[in-house]
Amino acid sequence: MSVPGAWYLGLAAMLFTIGGVGLLIRRNVLIMFMCVELMLNAVNLTFVTFARMLNDIGGQVVVFFVLVVAAAEVVVGLAIIVSIFRRRTEATADDISLLKG
Amino acid sequence: MDWVVFVVAGAAVLAGALGVILASHPVHAALMLVLTLFGIAVLFVAQQAHFLAAVQVIVYAGAIVVLFLFVIMLLGVDKSENVTTETLRGQRPIAYLAGLGVVAAIFLLARTTWVSGAQSVAGVADGPGSNVEKLASSLFTRYILAFEVTSVLLVIAVVGAVVLARHSPSGGVRDSEQA
Repeated sequence: MSVPGAWYLGLAAMLFTIGGVGLLIRRNVLIMFMCVELMLNAVNLTFVTFARMLNDIGGQVVVFFVLVVAAAEVVVGLAIIVSIFRRRTEATADDISLLKG
Repeated sequence: MDWVVFVVAGAAVLAGALGVILASHPVHAALMLVLTLFGIAVLFVAQQAHFLAAVQVIVYAGAIVVLFLFVIMLLGVDKSENVTTETLRGQRPIAYLAGLGVVAAIFLLARTTWVSGAQSVAGVADGPGSNVEKLASSLFTRYILAFEVTSVLLVIAVVGAVVLARHSPSGGVRDSEQA
């Protein structure tokens, strides 16, 4: 017996919420970045679930592009974090409140 | 059987996600992220998205998490953070309330509004042929332009990462770093 899509969507909603709460409560920029990845994965799961429910491969194509964009985003984001941390030793977002500081 | 897979993988996903946001050590958070990503890959397999499950493991667990760990160790920021200190008073309770509100809103909306709409032009997900074949035939016909644009995006990302992370060749700090 196959699991109904609603269960997958509920799981994805909870995963998205955990990622969003993590983004709000953590101050370490690396962990905030991981929380963004959690939210992206939750949306990917939603897309794949809808692809199955609607019998449409388009959802999986979208997930493919999301994966590519997520990879590019991580590369650029971590490069920004590295260049910030060359000058600072603290790993919290509160210390990076100025664009030029 | 399907339910067993779903419950086990779903528990792994949620446990890993909670581990990411509650672990005080960045390395532990990154390893918990691997647990979540593997759980998502299992759920992809359970929904016949075999290619995406493989890509999920290779790209996310294999590349992105390694990149995270690499940066954590490169920067030497792998010290534990006190996760109970609050810099903004009341930030955490409000964040938890906002999270509860979001999940409640999603579930309420899901009770009243449900999947509808016409089929897209991308093609069907089941039927003859493997998942990889169908995904590829959609990707390389209907979405070929978007596929080619992603190559430009990747080149820009690589160039951007190199420019952002390099040291100035004139030895010492760049102008923007002298302030």
